[in-house]
Amino acid sequence: MKRYVYINENESSHELYCDNRISNRKYTVLNFLPKNLWEQFSRFMNQYFLLIACLQLWSLITPVNPASTWGPLIFIFAVSASKEAWDDYNRYLSDKKANEKLVWVVRQGIRKHIQAQDIHVGNIVWLRENDEVPCDLVLIGTSDPQGLCYVETSALDGETDLKTRGIPATCMGIDFELLHKIKGVIECPNPDKDIRRFDANLRLFPPFIDNDVCPLTIKNTILQSCYLRNTEWACGVAVHTGNETKLGMSRGIPEPKLTAMDAMIDKLTGAIFVFQIVVVMVLGIAGNVWKDTEARKQWYVLYPLEGPWYELLVIPLRFELLCSIMIPISIKVSLDLVKSLYAKFIDWDSEMIDYETGIPSHATNTAISEDLGQVEYIMTDKTGTLTENRMIFRRCCINGVFYGNESGDALKLLNAVAGSSPDVIQFVTVMAICNTVIPIKSKTGAILYKAQSQDEDALVNAAAQLHMVYANKNANILEIRFNGSIIKYELLEILEFTSDRKRMSVVVKDCQNGKILLLSKGADEAILPYAYDGQQTRTFIEVVEQYAQLGLRTLCLAWRELKEDEYQEWSLMFKEASSTLVDREWRIAEVCQRLEHEFEVLGVTAIEDCLQDGVPETIETLRKAGINFWMLTGDKQNTAIQIALSCNFISPEPKGQLLLIDGKTEDEVCRSLERVLLTMRITSSEPKDVAFVVDGWALEIALKHYRKAFTELAILSRTAICCRVTPSQKAQLVELLKSCDYRTLAIGDGGNDVRMIQQADIGVGISGREGLQAARAADYSIGKFRFLKRLILVHGRYSYNRTAFLSQYSFYKSLVICFIQIFFSFISGVSGTSLFNSVSLMAYNVFYTSVPVLVSVLDKDLSEGTVMQHPQILFYCQAGRLLNPSTFAGWFGRSLFHAIIVFVITIHAYAYEKSEMEELSMVALSGCIWLQAFVVALETNSFTVLQHLAIWGNLVAFYVINWIISAIPASGMYTIMFRLCRQPSYWITMFLIVAAGMGPVLALKYLRYTYRPSKINTLQQAERMGGPILTLGNIEPQPRSIEKEVSPLSITQPKSRSPVYEPLLSDSPNSSRRSLGPGTPFDFFQLQSRLSSNYSRNCKDN
Amino acid sequence: MLVSIVFIPIGVVSLFASRDVVEIIDQYETECVPQNFRNDKVSFIQSNANKTCTRRLTVTKLMKKPIYVYYQLDNFYQNHRRYVKSRSDSQLKDNSGWDEVSSCKPEDMSNGQPIVPCGLIAWSLFNDTYNFSLNNQQLAVNKKGISWKSDRDRKFGRNVFPRNFQNGTLIGGKSLDPTVPLSKQEDLIVWMRTAALPTFRKLYGKIEWDLQPNEVIHVTLENNYNTYSFSGKKKLVLSTTSWLGGKNDFLGIAYLTVGGLCFFLALSFTVVYLVKPRRLGDPSYLSWNRNPGGH
Repeated sequence: MKRYVYINENESSHELYCDNRISNRKYTVLNFLPKNLWEQFSRFMNQYFLLIACLQLWSLITPVNPASTWGPLIFIFAVSASKEAWDDYNRYLSDKKANEKLVWVVRQGIRKHIQAQDIHVGNIVWLRENDEVPCDLVLIGTSDPQGLCYVETSALDGETDLKTRGIPATCMGIDFELLHKIKGVIECPNPDKDIRRFDANLRLFPPFIDNDVCPLTIKNTILQSCYLRNTEWACGVAVHTGNETKLGMSRGIPEPKLTAMDAMIDKLTGAIFVFQIVVVMVLGIAGNVWKDTEARKQWYVLYPLEGPWYELLVIPLRFELLCSIMIPISIKVSLDLVKSLYAKFIDWDSEMIDYETGIPSHATNTAISEDLGQVEYIMTDKTGTLTENRMIFRRCCINGVFYGNESGDALKLLNAVAGSSPDVIQFVTVMAICNTVIPIKSKTGAILYKAQSQDEDALVNAAAQLHMVYANKNANILEIRFNGSIIKYELLEILEFTSDRKRMSVVVKDCQNGKILLLSKGADEAILPYAYDGQQTRTFIEVVEQYAQLGLRTLCLAWRELKEDEYQEWSLMFKEASSTLVDREWRIAEVCQRLEHEFEVLGVTAIEDCLQDGVPETIETLRKAGINFWMLTGDKQNTAIQIALSCNFISPEPKGQLLLIDGKTEDEVCRSLERVLLTMRITSSEPKDVAFVVDGWALEIALKHYRKAFTELAILSRTAICCRVTPSQKAQLVELLKSCDYRTLAIGDGGNDVRMIQQADIGVGISGREGLQAARAADYSIGKFRFLKRLILVHGRYSYNRTAFLSQYSFYKSLVICFIQIFFSFISGVSGTSLFNSVSLMAYNVFYTSVPVLVSVLDKDLSEGTVMQHPQILFYCQAGRLLNPSTFAGWFGRSLFHAIIVFVITIHAYAYEKSEMEELSMVALSGCIWLQAFVVALETNSFTVLQHLAIWGNLVAFYVINWIISAIPASGMYTIMFRLCRQPSYWITMFLIVAAGMGPVLALKYLRYTYRPSKINTLQQAERMGGPILTLGNIEPQPRSIEKEVSPLSITQPKSRSPVYEPLLSDSPNSSRRSLGPGTPFDFFQLQSRLSSNYSRNCKDN
Repeated sequence: MLVSIVFIPIGVVSLFASRDVVEIIDQYETECVPQNFRNDKVSFIQSNANKTCTRRLTVTKLMKKPIYVYYQLDNFYQNHRRYVKSRSDSQLKDNSGWDEVSSCKPEDMSNGQPIVPCGLIAWSLFNDTYNFSLNNQQLAVNKKGISWKSDRDRKFGRNVFPRNFQNGTLIGGKSLDPTVPLSKQEDLIVWMRTAALPTFRKLYGKIEWDLQPNEVIHVTLENNYNTYSFSGKKKLVLSTTSWLGGKNDFLGIAYLTVGGLCFFLALSFTVVYLVKPRRLGDPSYLSWNRNPGGH
């Protein structure tokens, strides 16, 4: 399917394509009610409640006023509907804002200011600098003579760097004024959501150059929601509008995630439902039997001899309704409410604000906080997640000379630059100009670099500090300031980086002497094999190896001088390849290959990606908490292992063992997999950290052919490092662990982690330097990796504990009332009379028992500090110790016990002349309320004023409310409460109920607390005693060796020269004192000093 | 421990209060059936035979006025769903609601006319009567103020008069004087406060007279009410009252039991603690040596 866009034809497209009205709304005013109701009723619980509510409309069987179910039901529906409506309204507002934004659009040849929503396909839209792009446009003109413009695409793909977009060739050179009158047709595909593809053609109509169709790619488009930067103006033809833009199409509602706890609650609800059915059946049969044997004798009941056909059903249905409160209607609301509170707690947590960037943590998904406490596997990305993704140039090796290994090297390198050593200068030149970086002069005169990759950024900055300043890029002329003089290069071609080629090159012409140079940089395997015949590359291979062992990222720099005719010849081929329509990328790669050979390798750069603050501690703590870590990275194996070592991921040799799975063929992989598995099985009993390392290739084979063996391995192994993996493999691994019923958490920062984040039970995004894409897709976004500790141990754990209490308590309180009703039915002729009146029942479930328990979201069983010191306590959450069938059975038993207590005491204390229905029911209800208050108080571990207020205030409120109701003459309860409160026997009965109900519970709890304390209890006791609790469970940061020599791998490894490596370019206090000597001014390195000192501190602390 | 210290005295006090109450209970449903009807009490109660019956009650202890006269029914399910719902509060309250009888089925209409007061509860109004005499002297039973004041004032209308009541084919219980408004029909008001338990007492009246020990009261009663079809018991109860209400040992005994249990538990905990002391919060109990794959 194609769409034909006629440029500047105003009328034709109006009917064919939609206008530019953006709508993210889920509902309209008309369909809101039916659609929302339909959505709500697709849930089982709601269907159940609706059924109950409908049954209650049948007055023959309803024990209470139907309002007692309809009220809460409508309330609940209203709450969630209004929440939806509010969200939708907000979406509408933001849409409206976007839709009503004014943009310049050409109408009848004149530029007009119109609202964005009136843009139609085919319109020409003018944008100024820093404008947001209102719809998908094909560029036809920019202020740049080369037809280029820069866009920021962070809203689309999360990448914060600027991207270059160009106008198609045919539009080149069209005059500013003529652009208003341009006519033509664009043949483009129907809207899709692929933001990396746009295969279209453009043909301009006369009077413009009417030659062949001109191909268009994504490079010629600017997409909705991007921003125009560094370009005075640009104009383009609208091709996709409104919700049909690429952004609009890729907008989707992710699948709602369900927590393990929700699943457990659903399971328990199901069990209760079954129990309820059984009770109903038993009571129904008993009721019918009693009716036929006894009730006929009770003449005053006047049972008719012949009943209608449904008579047998009436009593069971009555009991069904009576027991329907077993499944508390309030549980859903309470849970939703507390869950959004948990999320707010995360948002509000001042200890999780990244002070460097001021980004607070944020919970996008409010429903899954409990799962945080149950995480068993953490899959983490490396770059940007464990590391800062702030590249710092650390070392280099130029022509066999090492810089940066020993102290004083920075000076040496500077001296070498200053000394005009040709190799070094050439090396630094390559560093400075072999890139796609755009220098921007800020107002203060400082030069900022906009780089697509962090590596390039690091190299250019380093070059600048070596006095080789990449000062300006003016069209194709690059200006380098070196030692006060300006060197100009003309940029002829850019051979761009692709992940297949693993290198990039530029062809430049030295404006001074007219020499044409090819400058390349790339991975070792992409550069070194192409060195010219005579060059010895062995040293470079060793250097690369050595740097990789240190966890540094290496790049090889190379150059070659081109002859004029060689370049001309190649240039033609390159142009041709660039304009092919079929297999363009492959053709270009092939052509590039022809030029990129016979390199003279200049040297190797080593860039370090610093570990983020607190990463080792975080990983250590979380591993103590029994969480298994997997590192999934696209990086090299050695780099990955080194980073893993330095951040506590794996332990060095004596304690840890690394097992390698590799191989290129199925057999090899199979063999190594089995070997590893065998070792794993043997060592699984030993207290040894065993980790396996697998690369992307072997992983592919393993997942395809040996899935079972690999799954077993995954279960056995606590740690794994997967390197060279693709985004989809990351997601596959998450899927694999999920299929083994593990709770997985994926954390990452870049676009390549999005799939893994969405796949995992919990996705955490780091709002990092690679943009916000991961953070947007994630359920939680945090600023730094170290906040993960707090997120899991504090927020996750508390959420789990609180929900565990809340859900079980909700069932407990409903069961108490329900049991009392059931007991009462035995003394009311199994006829299904409700002891409690409608108002009390409704208020009991919705109000009296919900409020005090809601403040349990403030409850902390252990202080945060204790949890942090004893992360092992998380095991209780992981294993689901606090909410499972057996704990639930405990609550069930308690509710049965309390129901018996309340019922027995009530009917005996209020026997004979006091056995008035309303009074008795109120006594029983008060008994329940009193017990609830004490149960909540008992289960609360940390009291705050708010909690006291809620628990005891609720008790007071109960009386106040009932006094009010008792003062209304029309109510059934008129004067009851006043009457009761005057009776001493009422208060004595309450006292008795509380004592008899709580006594055994307290005694049992005391016994447990003292003689079989859980770990939580022990810690609580320790906390209460206030003494130091650091004796055994103490986490003494293990003195970890950063001696890289003790690498556990059996890979041959050259001895590193120094155990601690200093940053090459640094004037950090330590290094400057030792290496450069006092008094050496290195002002221009100021920027790096803080980072590197941070870094050194890290090293030392560890 | 504290609980037991508080509880045992309360228990004792409650027990004493309960013991202070003097109660005379007389079960009469069998005795008041003539010997020849003993095998078929139902037919007796449904016949038109003379149902007057005399009982002698001996006062055991001094009974100070007021002495409450209750009738107690056993095995009578006033809390039965069918029964408890069969009333119309709006009809009782005000004359204007006289035809609101839909909730009163099956005793809503009689001869095509609404019944006032309608429903099973009113229809089955208790109709035994008691006359007390002491030393051949009539002992007045005060039937005023036996119902709740709030009921007389608010629930049962002053302008509602019985109408078409006990007019159907089946006669349930007592008939009402159609000239007396419902708010004055205190027997009905008491009866319509349905009991939650199948054994219940309802106030019949008060005797404003101190009864001395060993005095003998003669009760002339009309045994009209049919409890025989469901073999329910009927008892006449004379009782004084205390601050805790009528005679009910339950609270006292329960308090003593709970208090005793608490005392016992506290004692045993102390003993256990002394025998096998255990330091609380000892971190050495924390062992994290769990099997990593063990869950």
